[in-house]
Parts: sequence; C-alpha cells; structure tokens
Amino acid sequence: MSGLDREVHIEVQDLTMAYGSFVIQRDLNFKVRRGDVFIIMGGSGCGKSTLLRHMVGLKEPARGKVYYEGVDFWSVEVKEREAMMRRFGILYQSGALWSSMTLAENIALPLEEYTDLSPSEVREVVSLKLSLVGLAGFEEFYPSEISGGMRKRAGLARAMALDPDILFFDEPSAGLDPISARRLDDLILELRESLGSTIVVVTHELASIFAIGTNSVFLDSETKTMIAGGDPRELLETSHDPKVRSFLTRDAPEERSD
Amino acid sequence: MFMDPTGRTNASEAGFHLARNGAGTLLVRLAGSWTIAEGIPSTAEIAREIESDPRIRRVIFDTENLQSWDSSLLTFLVKLLELCRGADVEAVRDGLPAGARRLITLATAVPEEKGARRAAGTETFLSRIGAGTIGILSGGTETLSFIGESFLAFLRLLRGKARFRRCDLTLLIQDCGAQALPIVSLISVLVGLILAFVGAIQLRLFGAQIYVADLVGIGMAREMGAMMTAIIMAGRTGAAFAAQLGTMQVNEEIDALRTLGISPIDFLVLPRMIALVLMLPLLCLYANLMGILGGAMVGVGMLDLSVVQYFNETRDAIRLTDFMAGLFKSGVFGILIALSGCLRGMQCGRSSSAVGLAATSAVVTGIVAIVVADAVLTVIYDLLGI
Ligand SMILES: Nc1ncnc2c1ncn2[C@@H]1O[C@H](COP(=O)(O)OP(=O)(O)O)[C@@H](O)[C@H]1O
Ligand SMILES: [Mg+2]
Repeated sequence: MSGLDREVHIEVQDLTMAYGSFVIQRDLNFKVRRGDVFIIMGGSGCGKSTLLRHMVGLKEPARGKVYYEGVDFWSVEVKEREAMMRRFGILYQSGALWSSMTLAENIALPLEEYTDLSPSEVREVVSLKLSLVGLAGFEEFYPSEISGGMRKRAGLARAMALDPDILFFDEPSAGLDPISARRLDDLILELRESLGSTIVVVTHELASIFAIGTNSVFLDSETKTMIAGGDPRELLETSHDPKVRSFLTRDAPEERSD
Repeated sequence: MFMDPTGRTNASEAGFHLARNGAGTLLVRLAGSWTIAEGIPSTAEIAREIESDPRIRRVIFDTENLQSWDSSLLTFLVKLLELCRGADVEAVRDGLPAGARRLITLATAVPEEKGARRAAGTETFLSRIGAGTIGILSGGTETLSFIGESFLAFLRLLRGKARFRRCDLTLLIQDCGAQALPIVSLISVLVGLILAFVGAIQLRLFGAQIYVADLVGIGMAREMGAMMTAIIMAGRTGAAFAAQLGTMQVNEEIDALRTLGISPIDFLVLPRMIALVLMLPLLCLYANLMGILGGAMVGVGMLDLSVVQYFNETRDAIRLTDFMAGLFKSGVFGILIALSGCLRGMQCGRSSSAVGLAATSAVVTGIVAIVVADAVLTVIYDLLGI
C-alpha cells in the first residue's frame, strides 16, 4: 500500500476558484496519492472549504482541472460526474445531517438509493455503521436530540454508508473537546488502515495535522495561492516560509491565526 | 451621540480639558469616568486647536482625574491618534493608563486590510440602479432555470423516476391539508359574511335581497374561495417551505443531497409541489362551502330569507363550470405558492438572517404571483366565455 510510487488518486491542476469576480485562490497544483491522508490547511477564510467544494463537485472551477484517476472531473457528463461523486463520502463542517430524519434514516437514504438491499439488510448495515462511530443504539434519535460531537460522528457514519473510495472531511474536530477530537482522529486513521480509502481533511488543528497527515497543501489568504505542500512533519523541519513556520509552530505574535 | 466636552465640571462625568504645556505641546487632561453608556466625547475641539495653532507639535496626556474608563476612552484615543498622525503631530502615550496603552497597541498592531473595508451606504444613485438591474436580470435567469428544473422533475415524476420519500409527502399533505382547515374555515366564513353584507345593503334598496345568495355563491366559487385560500397558504405554507429549505441550505443539508447525486428538486421541491397542488383545490372547495354558509348567515339573520330559499337560490345560481373555474385557479395557485416558497428557500444565503429574508420574500413573491395569475386567468375565462 505504501511507497512513493503509489498511484495518483486526485490531481488538481492550475485551479482558480472565484465567487463571481472575487478570486479566493489561484493556481493551485497538487497531487493526492491513493491511501494518503491529505491535509488542506491555512487560516480561517483562506478558502479551504471552497477548495473542498470544488473537489466534491459542488462548485465549478473558474479555471483549471480536477482529475480523479486521470478523469477530468468537471468536463465529463453530469451523469458520469454523479457516478464519480457516489464514490465520495463527505463529512460537512456542520455535520449536515438531514434534520427531518432520524440517524437511521439519514444513513439508510444513500443505501436505499444506490443498493438493492432489502429493508432489513439496510437496517443491519445502518446499525453496523453507527456502531463503528460509537453510536450504537441511537438509530431512532433525531439530529437535534444529540450533541455536536455525536452529530459529527453520525455524519461520518453517513459518509461511510456506501464504503467510499475517498473521504472528505471539513474541519472534523472543530467544536469538539480534545478527547472527542482525538477519538475522531483515531477513527480516521483506523478507516484509512482498514478500508484503504484516500482521505482529504480540511483542518487547522495542529495536533491532527501532525497526527494523521501524510501530505498537505498550505493555502495563504494574502497571496491567494498555495505557498507550501508536502508531508506536514517534513514541512515543519524544512520550510523556511515564515507564514508556514508560524502556523505549524503556533508562535505568531504578529500574525493572527485563528 | 456626541457630547460637548466643555463646560463639564461634574467630576464623575467623562470629559477633558485642554491646556498648553509650553508653546509646542498640547496637554489633554482626561477627567471623570468614561463609560460607553455615557457616549463618546468628540475630538472636534482638539482638532480645531491643532489646526488653529501650527506650532503644536506634541500632544501629551494627563489622567490624574480619570476615574474609570472603558471602550469609550479607547475609541476616543484611537480617533485622536489618527488625527495626530494626519496632522503630523506626535502623540506621547506615556501619560495614558497602562491598560489603555496596551489595548491601543493591540488595536493598531495589524494594519487595516486594504480593500477589505467596504463603503458603508455611500453608493451612488447610478451604481445602485446598475446593481439593481443586474440583480433583477440574474434573479430572472435563476428563476427561469428553477422553473425549468422543476418542470423536468415533474416529467420524471410522470415517468415514475423521481425520487423522494413517500412519508415526506404524507406529512406534507397533512400539513397543507387538514392542519390548514381551522384558519381556512374562519377566513372564508368571514369573507362570505362580508360579501353578503356589502351586497345586502345595496340589494335591499331594490327589494332584491334574494340575489345576495347569487352574489355570494358566484363570488366565492369563481373568485374568492380560490383567492383567499391561496393567500392564506402563501403566508402559512409558502413561508414555511422557504424557511425549511433555507435552513437546510444553511446547514449544508442540500449540499449533502447534491453530493450524493440526489436532486434536491426531486427530493424536496417535488413533494411540496404535489402536496400543495393536491390540497389547495380541496381547501378551495371547502372554503367555497364555508363562504356560502357565511352568506347564508347574513341572508337568514338580516334579510329574513329562509334557509330553504337561500339554498335553492344558491343552487340555481352557481353552475358546475363556476366551481370548476375556481378549482382550476386554485390548482394554478398551488403550483405558484410551492414554486415561490421553494425557489426562495433554494436561493437562501448561508446565514440565519437569510432564512428570515427567504421566508418574507417567499410570501411576497407568492402573493404577487397569485394576484397576477388571477388577473390573467380571469381575462382568459372571459375570452373563452367560461
Ligand atoms: N457563497 C459565497 N459567496 C461569496 N463569497 C464567499 C462565499 N462563500 C465563501 N465566500 C468567501 O470565500 C472565502 C473563503 O471561504 P471558506 O472557503 O469558507 O474559508 P475557510 O478556509 O475558512 O473554510 C471567504 O473570504 C468567504 O468570505
Ligand atoms: Mg471552512
């Protein structure tokens, strides 16, 4: 599985992202290999979530390409793109559980849509997924009845419903206490080990970055482009860019990092 | 709120006095208790002083009589420092309280981000017209594409390919139907009553009281039943649709549907549209009956008609076509209410205030659409001789 010659799973080429004429980031170039835990980092508001939206098919690039296994994600037919998106699992920043459905129904929906499982089989798979994230027994709860950390984990269970090739996480540990955050990190690593999924994580939690990251890209909001990339631990040792260094070592008297 | 700093002698009130400390130095004596609740003293006097006397090169502070302070002092000082920088006057901060000095250093540490500040309310008239026009145009294309997508979803529904949860539909039907009955009853009885009352006063002049039954019957069946239920449902259900979808937009729930390849139009808009289109004509029929009942109350109570008379007259007056015309209208209104509610919900921004706006504008859009459609349909009916 490991090794430098692992195949390139996701490639981003010359990506420019903009809302209307307001450019968020330009000229992004990076590759994610199969099995990587790829970290998208940078200060608040630099465009991390926006980059994720471009990678999962929610927002079309202003310029540039996103390739999955060599297939140009944004120039294929809508149907084909939807088929590719079905191989993604996404944990949104707010969990994004459908609030009018119970946890079980949330996780069951993708299964009912895209598999031929019988209702009782669906129920079994749902219970399995919930128990994987430590929520066994919460099937009949509504998202508003559980805590924020549990909602995140339930969102993860839904993201894993179809056994995705790639898991995307938007700030998984934001708003969680350190222990829950740590458990979520462990869970992410466990998933990569056991499912062999590629994982893309947006985060600015240093602990997570060093604990789980194998590759990364650092977005800067001032220059509006990426200013570093690579294994975060190597980056910490080799990068001379003051912004990257102060972000990764967290001593930034003159920088506002939040 | 600005306060005149001069003439302030009460020691507990915020204020300052100016004095000269040698020719080139202006001494600002801060006194009293500076609290934000009392407002922020103006720096205009100091500005005048500096401007009128070009010899002033330094501003120093004295805080001996300063009792307590909060953000009002900081705001004052930051403004003053800005003023001094502009006039090329050195401001010596040593005389200030240590805490205030540190906070000012913090406030001025990160230079203002260029281009981040937006002009507040100083748009020119022309640029506002331009922005408004662009807004209308892009809003128009968005609306058209939404209507198009909804139509395609409807075709998918006919081919049995649309995907939504049947239990959602059941809940929506219940909400748009049975649960709206009380308010529809109340309003339509009253509307029937009002129609009859207004008509009765006129018709009695000619001794033609009995025609109140015709008036109310035809008025309700062709027009008022459909119109009133539609307006009630626009306020009740259209707003609810917009708020529901808007909240889902804010929570990224709609994104979650999209990335799963489930069309939010199929999944969310279609069941809402079906529920309203099915239920609104039923509500309309019910409203017609309630309205006629209201008319009968006036007829029997005020005009001394008998119930049987009133019933027979009503039955003779209203043709089946009149009912059909009203019911068809209410079906159209149902589509319009569902479309405008869902459209505003899907267009909702990503904040809680955007949800409120979406609900409001769903009601406005809905009612405008209803009235316009009603006018158009009335003309068409007239041309067709219905
Ligand atoms: N829908 C939108 N329209 C316009 N600008 C947006 C929109 N969403 C986000 N932005 C802007 O894009 C920038 C990046 O946002 P985001 O990707 O959410 O940042 P983060 O790195 O914190 O996840 C921000 O400056 C934000 O103001
Ligand atoms: Mg974000």
